[in-house]
Amino acid sequence: MSTTIAAISTPVYQGGLAVIRMSGEDSIRIADNIFVGKTAPSSMAGYTCQYGKIVREGRTLDDVILTVFRGPHSYTGEDTVEVSCHGGVYLAREILKLMIEEGAEPAPAGEFTKRAFLSGKLSLTQAEGVLDIISANGERELVSARAMRDGNLGKNIHAVADDMVKISGNLAAWSDYPDEDIPDADTSHLAEDLSDIINRLEHILSSYDKGKILRQGIDTAIVGRPNVGKSTLMNQLLGYKRSIVTENAGTTRDVIEESVRVGDFVLKLSDTAGIRDTQDPIECIGVDLATQKLENAELVLAVFDSSEELTETDLEILEKIRNKPHIVLLNKSDLPEKLDSKYFSGENILSVSANSGLGLEKLPEMIAELFKLGGSTDTAEIYINERQRSQVSKSLGFVRLALQEYESGMTLDAVTVYLDEALGALLELTGERATEAVVNDLFERFCVGK
Amino acid sequence: MESNANFMGKFDIVVIGGGHAGIEAALAPARMGLKVGIFTITLDGIANMPCNPSIGGTAKGNLVREIDALGGEMGKAADATFIQSRVLNLGKGPAVHSLRVQADRVKYHIYMKQVLEAEPNVEIKQAEITEILVDDSGAVSGVRTKLGGVYDCRAVIVATGTYLGGKIHVGESNYESGPDATLPAKALTLSLKSLGITIRRFKTGTPARVHKRSIDFSVLEKQDGDEHIIPFSFETKGELRNQVSCYISYTNSETHRIIRENLDRSPLYAGRIEGVGPRYCPSIEDKIVRFSDKPRHQLFIEPMGLDTDEYYLQGMSSSLPEDVQLKFLRTIKGLEHVEIMRPAYAIEYDCCDPTELLPTLEFRERPGLYGAGQFNGSSGYEEAAAQGLVAGINAALKLQGREPMILDRASSYIGTLVDDLVTKGVTDPYRMMTSRSEYRILLREDNADERLTPIGHEVGLISDERYERLLQKEELIKNEVERLEHTNIAPSEALNNYLKESGTEPISNGTTLAKLIRRPQVKYSGLVVADKARPDLPEEVTVQAELRIKYEGYINIQLKQVEDMRKLEAKKLSPDTDYSKIQGLRLEAAEKLQKRKPLSVGQASRISGVNPADISVLLIWLEKKRREENGSN
Repeated sequence: MSTTIAAISTPVYQGGLAVIRMSGEDSIRIADNIFVGKTAPSSMAGYTCQYGKIVREGRTLDDVILTVFRGPHSYTGEDTVEVSCHGGVYLAREILKLMIEEGAEPAPAGEFTKRAFLSGKLSLTQAEGVLDIISANGERELVSARAMRDGNLGKNIHAVADDMVKISGNLAAWSDYPDEDIPDADTSHLAEDLSDIINRLEHILSSYDKGKILRQGIDTAIVGRPNVGKSTLMNQLLGYKRSIVTENAGTTRDVIEESVRVGDFVLKLSDTAGIRDTQDPIECIGVDLATQKLENAELVLAVFDSSEELTETDLEILEKIRNKPHIVLLNKSDLPEKLDSKYFSGENILSVSANSGLGLEKLPEMIAELFKLGGSTDTAEIYINERQRSQVSKSLGFVRLALQEYESGMTLDAVTVYLDEALGALLELTGERATEAVVNDLFERFCVGK
Repeated sequence: MESNANFMGKFDIVVIGGGHAGIEAALAPARMGLKVGIFTITLDGIANMPCNPSIGGTAKGNLVREIDALGGEMGKAADATFIQSRVLNLGKGPAVHSLRVQADRVKYHIYMKQVLEAEPNVEIKQAEITEILVDDSGAVSGVRTKLGGVYDCRAVIVATGTYLGGKIHVGESNYESGPDATLPAKALTLSLKSLGITIRRFKTGTPARVHKRSIDFSVLEKQDGDEHIIPFSFETKGELRNQVSCYISYTNSETHRIIRENLDRSPLYAGRIEGVGPRYCPSIEDKIVRFSDKPRHQLFIEPMGLDTDEYYLQGMSSSLPEDVQLKFLRTIKGLEHVEIMRPAYAIEYDCCDPTELLPTLEFRERPGLYGAGQFNGSSGYEEAAAQGLVAGINAALKLQGREPMILDRASSYIGTLVDDLVTKGVTDPYRMMTSRSEYRILLREDNADERLTPIGHEVGLISDERYERLLQKEELIKNEVERLEHTNIAPSEALNNYLKESGTEPISNGTTLAKLIRRPQVKYSGLVVADKARPDLPEEVTVQAELRIKYEGYINIQLKQVEDMRKLEAKKLSPDTDYSKIQGLRLEAAEKLQKRKPLSVGQASRISGVNPADISVLLIWLEKKRREENGSN
């Protein structure tokens, strides 16, 4: 087995301890890259452990115990590294991700046991159980490959894969039918096309990266019509008065930004001007900015005044945020309720008093739910997610190489080696094969042949 | 059998068909010491090129080089009879360089017929085989001819091309026929069916041949051969020369109008053809219907040989009626007064489902029966010859009790072709293309000898002398690569001038020659200004040394993939495996595997419907079985 695999090997829930395991010839080298302790893992003997830190880009992720097993004296028979970190889904996943970024591949269910058996470490009876696990995992991957066509992310991946097939199809027509006059098969747009693919893959990758959300914070817009208590809410979250709060509607005219820690999360808050039709030119700019902020936000906190009846503007706002991850905050819960909450059925609703802060304690839980951060406690789901991410990332690496080589003047027959790899990495997610997809595309789009 | 009154003789191997597949299938075993009978409906059809008399082209040129490197005949025949030679894709990189020649159709036929006649172990018979005979165990034991004669044999290679069940269509007319107005083979299909072979129907087509005097060459775009001619065969030496030019013209809206107005008279559009045609070789009416927005289609006007005035119209294959053909051809620039000598036609024929074959091209369920060429669902002379060679070599090896020759995908385009056919199967006639190989950088025309000549030598088709020459060449290449890696050179005016002229940075510190060669713009030949101690080496050596250095990064990436692939290829699966009994295998995978019976886990992994989890299950199952057989736990 030449690949090095990694997976979270303890049940994934908020427990006291989690173990991430890595097996394969590169596992100790990868450990060297991510672990800082008294000595490097590569200088540790088998069956020894060490206290240290898992570090990404100079920042400590967690204090851990790292154990090294030297093949063949390990469960799998290969070099193996185990990292015990503090419990919790988030940390364990971040460490797993780091291992994958350093070259490990996400391990499907049963893979460690399979390796253990193939290297003679397990008896026949011990191996029986794993067959069903592997098989169930295979089914799951098929389902997820099908689901990819439906999900938003999957659709994006598919769209990129389709365009890459077209680029490769062009190159195939260009090299396999040199004598034909095929205007579409020229290569003049190649650099542009590849840059476009790179941008799109980068975008996809960033949307997978929920870890980024926790590290860098969630762009959060607080919206609502004037004077429903947006600035009060912001101040409550920040713990001090940043926004000027008055009883005059339309006081906040620019956008005020602050970072605040809410539970486990960092919210990059933007308090915006109340959205309403206004003639005041300065406020008008503020409203435009607010709308723009709303569009760019990763999370929207929509504030409504529960002590008043719902207005036209409230409904418009509700409409605007429909396709964004959002939480409805029914403010002024300390006043008698007049608002008809039937409009909010099916929403994530929180009744709060921005004045006293009552109700806000439930916010972190709701955000975690919304971003599925605590929600995914299924190792199979984590695997599928990590696998997609690592395939997209692999693909991106090869497209970058292809572009770089193309621009350095390398012949296209060589550049296509990288493009095949890049395409193959994406198509693996859908179970298609690169060479067949390209040949089919060629015949579909080009009029070639005698 | 010998007591039978009809007994006519005895061979080790009988080859049915004297086309490009049949010839290689007969020559290889004969040269390996076996007695071969090659049967053809007409001796005048041996090595006939019923379509374009051209050999090579993208990926196909590579097949011809590989055939030659293994010890086949096609490359030598093409070198001996070509009238124009070109390398396609020059400047696009070594992996897609493709040699292509226009051959003299009649001379090619004569050359191949004489080679067969000169082979002591080959007997050539003009006869139609109507039946394949089997013994009590079901293994192939002989053949029967239309005249009733019986020949005993231990293996039969079916290379029937478009003769088998051949039916020609021109417009509303159709009739049973082989290619170029030969007799079709009508009875054999039934015999094959009775042996359990699945028969399918494919079709192909060819354009009209026209008279030279009716073409106005003065208005046509001319295309000449290369000045520096590279032969197909690694053994061809001496001066090679172009003797003819080819020409280019285009269809126009008037051509398209005539074709469109007469579509109802096409047998294809009227539903009279049941065979599946090749996607890459559409008829002109197909092109106009499917790509209706294209204002024009290109055609090549190419001579059929030196002793004839027939010209071939590449790109204009059609099954429209003769009168329509004449009308639309005459709309084309340069062909306004064209005289048709042979009309274009479509031909339907019978072929097998190649997934019933082993990678040796022997039928899995019928020991001793092999298939090659169009019969296996491919198309093209080169694809046919490659399979003929594989089937011939393997039939001989089996009779000699030796290990089969299975070429994997990383070894060659031949291996890729065979694997695609037997593992993936075909839905339309299969043409080889560079895009079908995932190991393109390794499988170049220029290194076919390095890849396959050792195998050809092992098999017995390559002489010791030729093998020795290859080893010497390899040694020279290795030494030169070493030297280039380790020769340091200092900056000099001459060198920096060359670097600047080539569009790359001059150097200010010393470096190695190899490092400079890795720059895409720098050529080995250009570095002579700084490479004072350069040894005098043949071009075939320096080309290889340069490529190995320049493409080293890519070559290494692909070699790594090959290593992974070969690990799975080495895990053998028995054909007796009962996949329904393997715990954990998904139902779909089990059914596919049961049907295809792959020979290795690697082959299994390429069958559609078998996913990585199934492969994991197979690996565990194999290990389990191994332990059970060893009695260990």
